[in-house]
Amino acid sequence: MRSRSDRFSFIELLIFAAVAFAVLCLCVCIGSVSISLADTLSVLWDGVKYQAGWTSAAPEGLQASIILSVRLPRVLCVAMTGAALALAGGAMQGLLKNPLADGSTLGVSSGAALGAVIAIALGIRFPGLPFAGTMVMAIVFAFLSLVLILTLAYRLDYSLATNTIILIGVIFSMFVSSLMNIIVTFAADRIQNITFWTMGSLQGASYQNALVLLGVLVIFGGIILRRAQELNAFAVSEDNARHIGVDVRRVKLVILITVSALIGVCVSIGGSIGFVGLVTPHIVRMLVGPNHRRLLPASLFGGAVFLMLADLAARTLLSPIELPIGVVTSLVGAVMFVVIFYRSRRRG
Amino acid sequence: MLQVNDLTVRYGDLTIVDHLNFTVEEGQWLMVAGPNGAGKSTMLNAVTQGTVYTGQVLFEGENMKKKKAAERARCVGVLMQNHFAEYAFSVEEVVALGRYSHAPGMRSRSRWYAGSDIGRGGGDDRAVEDALALTGMISQRKQSILTLSGGELQRTFLAQVFAQNPKLLLLDEPTNHLDLVYQKQVFELISQWLQTPGRAVISVVHDLSLAKAYGTKALLMNHGRAVACGSAEEILVSQYLDSVYRMDVAGWMRQMLGQWTE
Repeated sequence: MRSRSDRFSFIELLIFAAVAFAVLCLCVCIGSVSISLADTLSVLWDGVKYQAGWTSAAPEGLQASIILSVRLPRVLCVAMTGAALALAGGAMQGLLKNPLADGSTLGVSSGAALGAVIAIALGIRFPGLPFAGTMVMAIVFAFLSLVLILTLAYRLDYSLATNTIILIGVIFSMFVSSLMNIIVTFAADRIQNITFWTMGSLQGASYQNALVLLGVLVIFGGIILRRAQELNAFAVSEDNARHIGVDVRRVKLVILITVSALIGVCVSIGGSIGFVGLVTPHIVRMLVGPNHRRLLPASLFGGAVFLMLADLAARTLLSPIELPIGVVTSLVGAVMFVVIFYRSRRRG
Repeated sequence: MLQVNDLTVRYGDLTIVDHLNFTVEEGQWLMVAGPNGAGKSTMLNAVTQGTVYTGQVLFEGENMKKKKAAERARCVGVLMQNHFAEYAFSVEEVVALGRYSHAPGMRSRSRWYAGSDIGRGGGDDRAVEDALALTGMISQRKQSILTLSGGELQRTFLAQVFAQNPKLLLLDEPTNHLDLVYQKQVFELISQWLQTPGRAVISVVHDLSLAKAYGTKALLMNHGRAVACGSAEEILVSQYLDSVYRMDVAGWMRQMLGQWTE
């Protein structure tokens, strides 16, 4: 095997970005109305030119409106949601030294969804910012869930064994889901159906959503990427991290808050889409190794690709019926969960 | 170098370490012995601020509690007895983590992507190379830690703590489940490391022969208290050992060794 360098090289960055871009184009082309790649690219280019002010002619026609007002915003949101969830998953797996940790397996996504549902049911809003109320509640609940789950896990089993933490996560998810069902039942007039919150969907996502996701990715993603070395230390062991001089409590808090923000925003925009943060870092780890300096940036692109493909499958497999995106990711994720669990048990 | 004053660790009603006092000076190798549950590992944990305690831990006169995490790691390094690897880090990556506390080089290098090696701390690379060479892990530097034997894994973490270059090295039963060859290797490496002025070692040991052979000072603990503390020759004798272990320690040792005389 080629020896791995310490960092994500420029070439690798180009390759990963190129693959992500290719998948993005593919996902924009394919749908209930298929549009050729050449047409797609030319519409995209026209759109860019128009937005940049190089030309005053807005792209027109059916194809242009399908691409620019339906598919592109959706695919962009899907890509960034995937990237954010994968990054959050990768960070948690390092922090907890547990390859099965993910927003969905730990119950953080369910917690975030509960927060969002409560915000909608109670009509919590900030003036001027239409979806900030939902988002803030989702983030707060994601963080509270994480803290609660980890506190319980530490109480039961200080070494934070895989089984304990996953078990607590699953039970917590079930508990929170039933709370959510109650709220949705009572406020059915205001809240999207429960499938959205449990399985997720980015149907009808807007450029505004994409912009929010981009901002969150840049800020919180940036914080996580800068903590790669600390995450490496945690992935070796938390004691080792402390011994080599990592400020364990502070780094842990920063990562937990960051992860909560990423998951909270994703859930409030697209519902809880499971297993993205489990599947992606696992596959990416096989490609680039466990070093977080390489794993995290590669997971960003990997997550985008994985979720875009999952969304494509959700849209096209049973066309004209559209599956919730979480159905596809959970199908893949559950199988992957068993594989990872089996491997780590055999080794342990 | 290290001064421990009135150290007490309590977990609920249990007192694990009970008003412990001792000092370690430059060049000394303090052997901490005592039966299981005497509070030896907990004491080490308190020194590295890994547990809540009362009393004082002073390093070169400064309170360890007040030091920042990275600063502490430049003073005190730790080699644990067990390592459970989960991810396939390479030997080299684990050893390089030892340089973490010698920021800012390490931290600026944690940028997620960089095209060239300009600005990379040369001192860090040097320390990692030396540590790999000293522990004989150079040829396995690219190997995944998941595939190492117990002895190789322990040498990898020894290399990490060498790269960290602390002034005081804490060892918690460093050779507990290593075979004789590795036991000897690890103890020889540490005694070599101690030759450099300005360094000291504290190790928790169960093997009293090793304690006698390598220790310059000894601390005998029982029920969280210090039974005796002083030079290794004075402390590791029947007078103290027999009461702590409640058996004829020297007699047993002689009986064991007697099997080897020709």
